[in-house]
Amino acid sequence: MKMKLTTLALSALMAAGPAMADLVFPSLSYRTGPYAAGGIPFADGYADYFTLLNERDGGIGGVMTKLIECETGYNTEKGVECYESTKGEGALVYQPLSTGITYQLIPKVTADNIPMHTMGYGRTSAANGEVFSNVFNYPANYWNGASGVVNYLLELNDGDIKGKKLALVYHNSAYGKEPIRTLEELAEKHGFELSLLPVDHPGQEQKSQWLQIRRERPDYVTMWGWGVMNQVAIQEAANIRFPMENFIGVWWSGAEHDVMSAGDAANGYKAVTFHNVGRDFPVFNHIQKYVVDTGKAAGAGDQIGTVLYNRGMYAAMLAAEAVKTAQGIHGTADIDAAMMRDGMQALEMNEAKMVDLGMPNFGPTFNVSCENHGGPGLVGVTQWDASSQTWSLISDFKATDGDVIGALVAEDSSAYAAENNITSGCN
Amino acid sequence: MFYREAGDFKTSYEQDSQTFPIKFDRFRYYAVLAIAFLVVPFVINDYWANAILLPFLIYAIAAIGLNILVGYAGQVSLGTGGFMAVGAYACYKFMTMMPEVSMFVHVLLAGGMTAIVCVVFGLPSLRIKGFYLAVATLAAQFFLVWLFNRVPWFYNYSASGQISAPERDVFGILITGPNAPAWATYMFSLIFLTLCALIARNLTRGTIGRSWMAIRDMDIAAEIIGVNPLKAKLTAFAVSGFFIGISGALFFSVYLGAVEVGEAFGISKSFLVLFMVIIGGLGSIFGSFAGAAFLVLLPVVLKVVGVDVLGWPTDIVAHFQLVIVGALIIVFLIAEPHGMAQLWRVAKEKLRLWPFPH
Repeated sequence: MKMKLTTLALSALMAAGPAMADLVFPSLSYRTGPYAAGGIPFADGYADYFTLLNERDGGIGGVMTKLIECETGYNTEKGVECYESTKGEGALVYQPLSTGITYQLIPKVTADNIPMHTMGYGRTSAANGEVFSNVFNYPANYWNGASGVVNYLLELNDGDIKGKKLALVYHNSAYGKEPIRTLEELAEKHGFELSLLPVDHPGQEQKSQWLQIRRERPDYVTMWGWGVMNQVAIQEAANIRFPMENFIGVWWSGAEHDVMSAGDAANGYKAVTFHNVGRDFPVFNHIQKYVVDTGKAAGAGDQIGTVLYNRGMYAAMLAAEAVKTAQGIHGTADIDAAMMRDGMQALEMNEAKMVDLGMPNFGPTFNVSCENHGGPGLVGVTQWDASSQTWSLISDFKATDGDVIGALVAEDSSAYAAENNITSGCN
Repeated sequence: MFYREAGDFKTSYEQDSQTFPIKFDRFRYYAVLAIAFLVVPFVINDYWANAILLPFLIYAIAAIGLNILVGYAGQVSLGTGGFMAVGAYACYKFMTMMPEVSMFVHVLLAGGMTAIVCVVFGLPSLRIKGFYLAVATLAAQFFLVWLFNRVPWFYNYSASGQISAPERDVFGILITGPNAPAWATYMFSLIFLTLCALIARNLTRGTIGRSWMAIRDMDIAAEIIGVNPLKAKLTAFAVSGFFIGISGALFFSVYLGAVEVGEAFGISKSFLVLFMVIIGGLGSIFGSFAGAAFLVLLPVVLKVVGVDVLGWPTDIVAHFQLVIVGALIIVFLIAEPHGMAQLWRVAKEKLRLWPFPH
């Protein structure tokens, strides 16, 4: 019996051996808990795009992709468990969709030499690739988002927001605290007043914060929220009759499910974004045809075209493009994590590529380099129309305040380098 | 048959009062120690260390700490998460202030710091009891989390409010940071757990432990027979805080490497450790181990069975996990209200008589 077990285990190992040849993409998703509303469409989009590549193109460069999903529940301990259990499977890139888990994984992926892509979240100063060799956060980060909000306000007020009051309602965690530094700098630069209103996890209780907003009457409110916190905040804003067009969320606070529950009252709510919205792209027809209609969709297939589904798909697309780049650089279709890192670092996104992929003007065009892992940081603004139930882009992708952000990135990343004895530089 | 006292003669008081008076128990204990110290470090890998063994070892320390307070001294506490946070943040401050000092010292200092904080929050226990004390410790939980979120000095003014463990070593072997080998982090935590368990076991068998239990069983009666409630209660808080602080320090520095106080040390952590103690068995060191193992391992086992073996979707498995763990807790508490430790005790009694039960 014992012999049998050993042979069984051995043959299982052998069977697992050839599977390593797949391009493995772990998906640290969360389909449960208070953040599931955002986690599900993102995970579906991420999974469906890889399924599409397998079904339509036979993988990437002839090698099939394999998605390993692991449920984190937005919990850092489970995130670590997921990372450890998947990294041995030949994982090419991690996208944890959680700033807390990102902080945990930054040193780990660097030690294991696996790249991590934190698109629009995570540690902002990872944009400095000379310090964070394995972490990428292109095409935009939180500080771009913060600056994008301020720039949009400047635009509305003909370039002068001196003396205006801006309130930041934020998730009281690493995620929500990220923009504070930038907003403080920008407040000094442009002369507006900033007030900070933290909301504790999970964010269902916000009465006192909104009471304070009602009392202080800020001109604008911006929000760094996620999960159930978004819906509650928008409902509370509606309750105190705060004008929705003066309420601007970051890209994690601007999805359909965030505004739906407030109904018509949410009409006019805005959110910044770094990619396009809607389902008016040819790629979605392909997903419909190859993935949903054949019953291979990760979810129910009803999320296609929603903001977060698009973002998950966009993340998968950028990963797939990085794989293609890496395959080109190293001349082999079967790449490993170190090659993937090179591919991500040499990634070029241009309009021709996106048109080819069926996503014309879906995101910004950019080149990643060793010095700049953060991309161009172009930020647009979307607005919710409650009657047609759609988000639409009302301000095109524009550059953000590079001077302020660049200085802060340099400061924060050099502090990290000093703390961890990293000699910065490109290799 | 194997498990019996007959023929196991004691010829000195030391032998008679040792921790494991029965020979079979003693050898089993040596065998477990030998495997834990001499075998596991050589076969351990990153997954086993970071996903299973480290959380088990660290939660076991926390459970021992809480068991002293709740199980032995009868002082209900819901502040475990907050006290673990004190350990973690104290450890972080010591690590960054004195980088050249050995990691052992940092963890011990963090434990000491937590003991002091724990005693301060234990002072109300002299006046209030039961549910009211639970509420007072609940206040400690929320206050401490708020404090570490609010005062930037605790997280060295980092932009995100997170604390991250820098690389620190013991005798030149890295213990914290991403490059620390799995066996080193495991051994480090194991040594602390062994020490804590030994100390706890012997404290509870001695004068202090007996005064704790006297206070737990009936504080007025205890006072009349000469047990000083001030001393008994505050020592229970101090010792418990010391252990919980150590576990918090290890949880942050060795296991996770970066924490955010609200997420890692929230009220749910307090409940988790309390459940470990209740399921494992109040007033039992073995129960602390059993409870920690049960609540750490069960989710992992269910996940492996559900996702990897059966191939179910991850969200279904995650939901089932909640249902199954919840159901098992209820079943356990109905079938055996005194926890897993009592099951073990009953099993031992049966084994003593086996194979002649009458």
